[in-house]
Amino acid sequence: MLGTISTLAQGDGGFVRPVIDWHALAPELVLTAVLCIVLVADLFLPEDRKGLLPSLAGLGLLAALIPVLTLAVDGADRSMFGGAYVVDNFALVVKALFLVAGYVTVLQSTNYIAEGDYAEGEYYFLLLSSILGMLVMGSARDLVTIFVALELLSIPAYLLAGWRKRDPKGNEAGAKYYLMGVFATGVLLYGMSLLYGVAGSTKLSDIGAGLAGGESVPAITLAIVFCIAGFGFKVSAVPFHTWAPDTYEGAPTPITAFLSVSSKAAGFVALLQLVIIGFAEQPEVVRPLMWVLSALSMTIGNVVALRQTNVVRMLAYSGISQAGFMLAPLAVVGQIGDDTLTSIVTYLLIYAAMNLGAFTVVMAVARKTGSAEVSSFGGLFDYAPSLAVLMSLFLFSLAGIPPLAGWLAKFVAFRAVIDADTGWAYALAVVMAVNSVIALAYYANIAKEMWMNPAPGGDERPVRVPVSLTAALAITAAFTLVFGVTQWATELGDMASFVASIGM
Amino acid sequence: MNNEFLTDWGLTLMVFLPAAGALVMLLIPKAEEQAHRWVSLVAVLASAGIGVAVLADFSYDRTADLQFVVDKPWIDVINARYFVGIDGLSVPLVALTLLITPLCIVYSWNHFPEPHNPKAFLILLLVLQTGMLGTFVAQDLILFFVFFEVVLLPMYFLIGVWGAEQRQYAAIKFFLFTLFGSALMIISFLALYFVGGETFVIPELARNISEPAAAGIEAVPLATQVLIFGGMFMGFGIKVPIFPFHTWLPDAHTQAPTVGSVILAAILLKLGTYGFIRVALPILPEAAVEWAPYIGALAVIGIIYGALACLAQTDMKRLIAFSSVSHMGFVMLGIATLTDFGLNAAVMGMVAHGIITGMLFFLAGSVKERYHTLEIRRLGGILVKAPRMGWILGFTAMASLGLPGLAGFWGEFPAILSAYDPGAGLSTVTFRVYMVIAALGTVFAAGYLLWLYQRTSFGVPTDEFEDEAIADVQVPEWIAWVPMLVLILVIGVYPNLVFRVTDDQLTSVAQMVASAVGG
Repeated sequence: MLGTISTLAQGDGGFVRPVIDWHALAPELVLTAVLCIVLVADLFLPEDRKGLLPSLAGLGLLAALIPVLTLAVDGADRSMFGGAYVVDNFALVVKALFLVAGYVTVLQSTNYIAEGDYAEGEYYFLLLSSILGMLVMGSARDLVTIFVALELLSIPAYLLAGWRKRDPKGNEAGAKYYLMGVFATGVLLYGMSLLYGVAGSTKLSDIGAGLAGGESVPAITLAIVFCIAGFGFKVSAVPFHTWAPDTYEGAPTPITAFLSVSSKAAGFVALLQLVIIGFAEQPEVVRPLMWVLSALSMTIGNVVALRQTNVVRMLAYSGISQAGFMLAPLAVVGQIGDDTLTSIVTYLLIYAAMNLGAFTVVMAVARKTGSAEVSSFGGLFDYAPSLAVLMSLFLFSLAGIPPLAGWLAKFVAFRAVIDADTGWAYALAVVMAVNSVIALAYYANIAKEMWMNPAPGGDERPVRVPVSLTAALAITAAFTLVFGVTQWATELGDMASFVASIGM
Repeated sequence: MNNEFLTDWGLTLMVFLPAAGALVMLLIPKAEEQAHRWVSLVAVLASAGIGVAVLADFSYDRTADLQFVVDKPWIDVINARYFVGIDGLSVPLVALTLLITPLCIVYSWNHFPEPHNPKAFLILLLVLQTGMLGTFVAQDLILFFVFFEVVLLPMYFLIGVWGAEQRQYAAIKFFLFTLFGSALMIISFLALYFVGGETFVIPELARNISEPAAAGIEAVPLATQVLIFGGMFMGFGIKVPIFPFHTWLPDAHTQAPTVGSVILAAILLKLGTYGFIRVALPILPEAAVEWAPYIGALAVIGIIYGALACLAQTDMKRLIAFSSVSHMGFVMLGIATLTDFGLNAAVMGMVAHGIITGMLFFLAGSVKERYHTLEIRRLGGILVKAPRMGWILGFTAMASLGLPGLAGFWGEFPAILSAYDPGAGLSTVTFRVYMVIAALGTVFAAGYLLWLYQRTSFGVPTDEFEDEAIADVQVPEWIAWVPMLVLILVIGVYPNLVFRVTDDQLTSVAQMVASAVGG
């Protein structure tokens, strides 16, 4: 892209129209079309027909999934714009993840937004825009593309986080997320500019080559630290996590789920691209940094989660701890080949299913109790046994108890770390082991409330679960169960490989 | 040769039929309690039927070989296989599991503990059954691990929902303790995978590590082996439980509903000791020799500590729970000797303890139901009030204290004897000291069990219950108990029933250890 600009500046030969592979861009184009339709339809739909909007958004996401599948069947790696935009297996797997997770988010939002006196059209428009940013992120292999994708997915998310504008907590959520986000973006941009300065290119594969050879100069180290810090915010790794609990609590619950799954996954996607392609020759700088981030996130996330009395806040801290587990394979990057990438992608897929599921149950229960306090889950097993069983599945999956999917996610992370066979790696594995035990305590605490304690105030009216939430529960529960006992999650993770990692 | 259909499907059907039953029950409304009872019973009986067919078809003249092997790829990317099979070590434990769970369902037939809800209770039992059977047939470490963990959730809920007053504390304590062990265990499994030639299949790992050159891998240094064994020691040891990790057990046993205690004592504890013999010893024999003296020491501490703790108990169920700590100490002592004799004694101890202590918990449950208390000093004169139950309690207590002629004797006595002559590489003096201490433990065992029997069954009923009508043994209880009582007697007079099955396989394990240390 920059090459194009410089060619223009020199004026020799004039503007060359880049070749566009329409098939490769089809998922993004479909989604762009749908989000425009949603915005326009909102203008013309009468108030009582606004219910069509979520259906439209949901169908649009599924429609965008079709070209992803055709591209997967086609199987060829495609590269555009001088290698800044790549559609490879990795991109396809994470795009499918973003689309399906986005679809579940729409299902979760349907009743919440319709019943809560919120602006509907804009909500879905922003949600789809953010998902579009994520799709772009999956393919971005250039600093500029990564940055554009990041802004495209973040800015709508800032707005969505503050969507409950009449609630002070909602305002706090939006403001905190926005301010912290902008700060992180600033840090990231500084890091990127240093990278460009050192490598003389914005393309990740060029940066990878540019950082190769010779000892690490402070500028490189600084650039890497800043870039990782910038995305550490997105994945809510300690010590860049401070926004997460307040934002999660104040944002509309579907958006909380969206932030804790899709947005976090997008952060990991960018991090993987940067670290594995861009910093491929500097693993000595990345590894200790990731080791510390991972161990801190796991431990602090867990310890603070233990003390939460609000389920959403607890899930926020548990998400921080889960992010620590996902970072762990990055702490041995370069020592275990492709396993860093495959284990993190596997983890992301499984984490998305189980975490979205847990949030869906929270939303269903909150429709009756109007609360997300742990105590409000009391007696759930007596008056809504299916919800209680499903919530138990999701929670114990998050805790990593076989045969639920979570164990496999934790297992691949353990496997990647132990494969490195160094003292530091084993130390990290032990930290992970201890943390998975601590985590059980707070997950089981909710299970205890549901199964073993009476309903608060003896209120045993049944919970009415609307169709859309039922569908979201069915999808997430199916994945949580199936991923745990089949090889599909690991195969998807294994399939996800970069073109660039085999040199292009 | 084994029957073809049973070879292909026997073990799989046996393991998963209970889970299939659980799925069916999910679809039946909660109010149809009778349907739930029957579906669950049919599911476990069908599983047991297939299991019995498999055991009948098992070639008992080559018990050292894995039979009914099914070896299919499962999760390719991590190299985990669906590898199941049974040999002489699995057979008695599978048989025990197939026997106990149907009896538990029959026992619960008419009196589910509060808060009732047979649907959930029975579904959890069925899932538990799948997990336990799966553990005993799995020959791949990951498959083994998954089944080993599957039992946690149902047991957590059984204790936490249907248990006694302190149930929530006991349930989470059980869960956290065992999970901590498992987390370290999985690290060990993964480390084994990478040092042992990238496989999770237990026999292959054992072969690779004993003959690294033939497998084309580097020899695993002893220090590494010892560390890896340590992770497994935590995983299995907490489950057994070995002193000082036993503290979850008295709480869990005391608080669990009757059926939960029975299954915990009869089967779940065996997962730990089974793990030692199935996984830890064959794969890491050299490390086992290094660890054996310490395991032996903890085992005899457990024997004495458990026995002393029993003497201090005022609650009948808690007393039985501590007696488990003591009895499992004998099993661990047998394992720690690393001889064929000791291992045989250990497996016999597992079976005997399973039946006898399971039976004691059944009795405790029935006493609790009639007297609404298990406080020993409030009971008394059971023999007057309910003579049949009193006699059964006496019979089982005698079996538990190791009276010759009953099953308990064959678990305890050979274990003590085996310590006289421990395996190659172990200090004879140390183990003879253990032997003497363990022998003292049997005296204590006689003490606490006879004392328990005397205080609860002899004499006259306390004033409190003098005029109360106490029902004697009832039909579901008879059905549940008779098979166990008969087995206690049969194994007692003909212990070869078990030894004959286990001997060849365990001898080969012991030989692996002996050859690894050049003995």
